[in-house]
Amino acid sequence: MTTAVVTFPGSNCDRDCVHAVRDALGAPVVRSWHKDHELPSSTTSVMLPGGFSYGDYLRCGAMAALSPIMAAVKRFADAGGPVLGICNGFQILCEARLLPGALLRNHDGLFHCQDVELEVSAGGVGLLAPFDRRQRIALPIAHGEGNYTADEATLDRLEAEGRVAFRYLARDAAGNGLVNGARRAIAGVLGGPANNVVGLMPHPERRSGAHLHGTDGLLLLRGLVAAGAGFAEAHA
Amino acid sequence: MRARVIVRLKPAVLDPQGEAVERALLGLGFSGVKNVRVGKLIELDVDGDAGLVKAELSAMADKLLANPVIEDYQVEVSG
Repeated sequence: MTTAVVTFPGSNCDRDCVHAVRDALGAPVVRSWHKDHELPSSTTSVMLPGGFSYGDYLRCGAMAALSPIMAAVKRFADAGGPVLGICNGFQILCEARLLPGALLRNHDGLFHCQDVELEVSAGGVGLLAPFDRRQRIALPIAHGEGNYTADEATLDRLEAEGRVAFRYLARDAAGNGLVNGARRAIAGVLGGPANNVVGLMPHPERRSGAHLHGTDGLLLLRGLVAAGAGFAEAHA
Repeated sequence: MRARVIVRLKPAVLDPQGEAVERALLGLGFSGVKNVRVGKLIELDVDGDAGLVKAELSAMADKLLANPVIEDYQVEVSG
């Protein structure tokens, strides 16, 4: 039962993710490199960390989505393996078409680094099992391109299928996220054959212990590791 | 053969970069400026006849150069 944390050139939250899972949660972690063609054989869950993979060349996450390790992550996700993408990791999952939609530049053109209040809209589902449905939590964000968008039909489908994972509580008059303009205030979505893929812009690893001012994020990491244990059991 | 792929944000997609450039241009005194949109121009050399190259460029745009969720593209081939 091991969580693989993938490092791309330009990832800068990979060691934070390792720290949160290994030290705060006390669960086994293995590092994985973008050029690897396979995930380590012990892998039961995957984390794609935040950062600026490949310098955000072309579009955030576009180059990383084509790296060798992502073919392995896609096979893992398609088989029902739990995958969590945080910030740039979320952008990579969208670019790899493992999750619907795209992340545009924030509506005000600014990079926002602050705490935000969220609703765990799909609390109780899959990796979000440790949360109550619509539980309110606070997590930090740090992004310039977190303005989630998709066409209306996709947004309607996400809502109808209960695949909006997280929403920003603060919204503008049009119902979009106040902090970045995200359509319908969507901060994170679910995907994969069994809602086993989660992407979100906020950073759960930065709220993974009292020394990091809270444990709201630790719940999500616990959900990831637990989903990994369930996945391993089903495939034993 | 020299080719170009022009990638633009879809008309319905907000372009904060374009808005910032527009404000800067207005600040410089170019008072008639409006509707600034910032896109990307990708130039490349490709071998093959024009028809095939165009199809190949479209495939490149679909797979990598543009994101169909937010962007439109146009391919041009010259000599």
